[in-house]
Amino acid sequence: MATTAELIARATELFEDLHFSAAREWKAVQPGRKVVGYMPLYVPREIIHAANMLPLGVLGGGDQLEVIHGDAYYQSYICRIPRSTIELGVTGRLDFVDGMLFPSICDVIRNLSGMWKVMFPNVYTRYFDVPQTYKDDIGGTFYVSELTELRRDLEKLRGKPITDDELHHSIAIYNENRKLVGDLYKLRAERPWQTPASEVYLIIRAGMVLPVEQHSEMLRDYIAAASAEERPKRDNCRIVLTGMFCEQPPLNLIKSLELSGCYVVDDDLMLVTRWLTEDVPTDGDPLRNLALAFLHHSQSTSAKYEPSQKEKGQHLVRAVQRASAEGVIFAAPSFCDPALLDRPMLQHVLKDAGIPYIAFKYAENSGQMQPIREQAGTFADSIKLWSGS
Amino acid sequence: MTTQIITPKAVAKEIDKDASMVKQKEMMAGHYDRLTSASETGAKVCATFVPGNLNELIMCFDLLNNLPEVNAIQSGLRRQSGAYVLEAEKIGHSEDVCTYVKSDIGMIAKGNIGPNGKKMPDPDVLLLSYTGCFTFMKWFELLREQYKCETIMLQTPYMGDGKITKNMTEYMVKQLKEDVIPKLERVSGVKFDIDRLREYLKKSVKAEDNLVRVLQSAKSKPSPIDAYFGGIYYIGPIFGAFRGTDDAVEYYKFLREEVEDRLAKGLGPVTPDGDMGKERYRLVVEGPPNYTHFRQFWKMFYDEGAVVVASSYTKVGGVYDFGFRHDPDKPLETLAEYCLGVYTNRNLPMRIDMLVNYINEYEADGLLINSIKSCNSFSAGQLLIMREVEKRTGKPAAFVESDLVDPRYFSAANIKNRLESYFQMIEQKRAGSSVAA
Repeated sequence: MATTAELIARATELFEDLHFSAAREWKAVQPGRKVVGYMPLYVPREIIHAANMLPLGVLGGGDQLEVIHGDAYYQSYICRIPRSTIELGVTGRLDFVDGMLFPSICDVIRNLSGMWKVMFPNVYTRYFDVPQTYKDDIGGTFYVSELTELRRDLEKLRGKPITDDELHHSIAIYNENRKLVGDLYKLRAERPWQTPASEVYLIIRAGMVLPVEQHSEMLRDYIAAASAEERPKRDNCRIVLTGMFCEQPPLNLIKSLELSGCYVVDDDLMLVTRWLTEDVPTDGDPLRNLALAFLHHSQSTSAKYEPSQKEKGQHLVRAVQRASAEGVIFAAPSFCDPALLDRPMLQHVLKDAGIPYIAFKYAENSGQMQPIREQAGTFADSIKLWSGS
Repeated sequence: MTTQIITPKAVAKEIDKDASMVKQKEMMAGHYDRLTSASETGAKVCATFVPGNLNELIMCFDLLNNLPEVNAIQSGLRRQSGAYVLEAEKIGHSEDVCTYVKSDIGMIAKGNIGPNGKKMPDPDVLLLSYTGCFTFMKWFELLREQYKCETIMLQTPYMGDGKITKNMTEYMVKQLKEDVIPKLERVSGVKFDIDRLREYLKKSVKAEDNLVRVLQSAKSKPSPIDAYFGGIYYIGPIFGAFRGTDDAVEYYKFLREEVEDRLAKGLGPVTPDGDMGKERYRLVVEGPPNYTHFRQFWKMFYDEGAVVVASSYTKVGGVYDFGFRHDPDKPLETLAEYCLGVYTNRNLPMRIDMLVNYINEYEADGLLINSIKSCNSFSAGQLLIMREVEKRTGKPAAFVESDLVDPRYFSAANIKNRLESYFQMIEQKRAGSSVAA
């Protein structure tokens, strides 16, 4: 059985590889294989998988990519993920990608879909719209049509139809993957000292570039290895991390939070891996099943409309309760409209629920961790000193 | 020693107003009076947004249309928005986000006093017409938290592939039929009458026809209008609470007559300092203006003889110059198509096509982008737009930055410098062309 160290070494290798060698290798195995990239927040990877294509998570360039060309496309007041994504594109790092999906998350990613069409006219590019109304016969009907269009587009790219059986099979594979991701999150909430947030991050992140079957295997191995290895338990406080659903924090930032005395017991990183909160049925109309799961069993996040004032922000309160957390850290990328516009409302909800919180901003290439470490350390101390009083 | 503050004795020169401007001022004043007296008259208030503004539908329920963006603009023009933005930041709103939102939130926090000096009403319903701007969604969630009133989501799908599909229109019509209209009936207590909607839409068409004639008058040389700074006044009624009203029909008829008169006389645009002198540069402008220094910004153009012959901002509340008109025979479908077609709901390639078309059709010297710090819907991608438009037209483009209503982001010297360099660049290009010829 692989050790956590071995698994993390492999996940780190994948994380640091800005040429996406694993995905390139997968594509090279068989002529005609196709890779479809996607940006945060959510796309139905099942449909890409059912077309025998590799869904590839494109989450920006991180802190190791020098952005030279990308900055020429964006003003200083726009977040960093689109500029590093452009950098990945213009430097040929994504030249093996046959399609790109830009989900409905904010105006910056939305407009990037149009930029991609102009800059990479030979790549299949789609803005992936989702319903912000949640009635089956209104938002659901619209979404089934959007999914049908995506299916047809991918069929064209593939050169043959995607059958319902293929979709059912892919849905089952992703149900399993989501379950394993859920198990890992559960394990971390129970024993965060056994499953450091930085390791969980790397393991989940590997799922952005690996075929889902391999990722599920990695998850299984890591859960087994992390459960078996005893690690020292620290006197850390338990926090929920929120606001990181799009532009990724530097790995050092996650490590800094732990070093400053915070166990991360839940987060909203890479929500695509657990967007749907219940298993999707593997019989019947597969697209309708995916649509209903989206409408009724999907995560709450700042990029999504919350129709009920009473429900607004309650997902965060529930996350705190579920993971027995003691506080919330709002960490948002600079200039992130969804996270920053939502933040005051979420903070009001936490205040009413008596849950302490702090907030800071970052960029994917933030280098200075000292201020964040101090802020998080003070927060952890204050929780230890004052909680329950 | 005390510091003595000396108030300048010279009063700023009064803006030279056209008769249509006087008419518009009366319309706006009347509207704000109706809003601020709503609690006395019992009128119910519906807040909504300029892009995707369904004024005709709102009127079907006897609701007063209150547009928070327009309120923020009013605060900007009156130099009040700076304090409002600071107030919002003080109560926890990020310095990074839209200043329309923060001006609105700050205005509410400071007593919600409207441009007429009276308290603005609380909305009875928030019609979240989610069209072309992500921020709208969060803005009305913020207002819903404040007012605890009915909030109706109307989602306009984005034209990601540059076309309106049957699915998009059907989705919108379904939302209107099954969700928006029943909720508006409930809030207002007024039953929906589709014939009433048709009548309003007929009036919209008349106003739209005349607006297009006014905007397209800028194809003439010299242009009788400034289609950006002046254009912002021209779009006021139709983008605001007047589309579908007799007032709007009269205003645009009046405006068209004035503009045609100027056209016949070979006159240029009216500016705050009177008639503009010789037209030296014809520009297309992309992006919203800055409202806190609106007049100063405009002056930088007309002092140099630069006139804006077409702009994208004047299409943010509806694109009419490529043929779309509200269709009274398909009342709900036409509202859907209107929302789907607004400028910020068009993908980047469509926006590029539009700007290229304007430069060619209006024989402009080039493209100027005013990039707004807090409006990602407009701003994200503008540098690519600039390159593409330059490439396709061979005309020079320039880029300046400011903000909607945050005075901290208006650097007059910087903008003036860039504009002067840009005008020189146009001259050089012209000189190069004449040598080549």
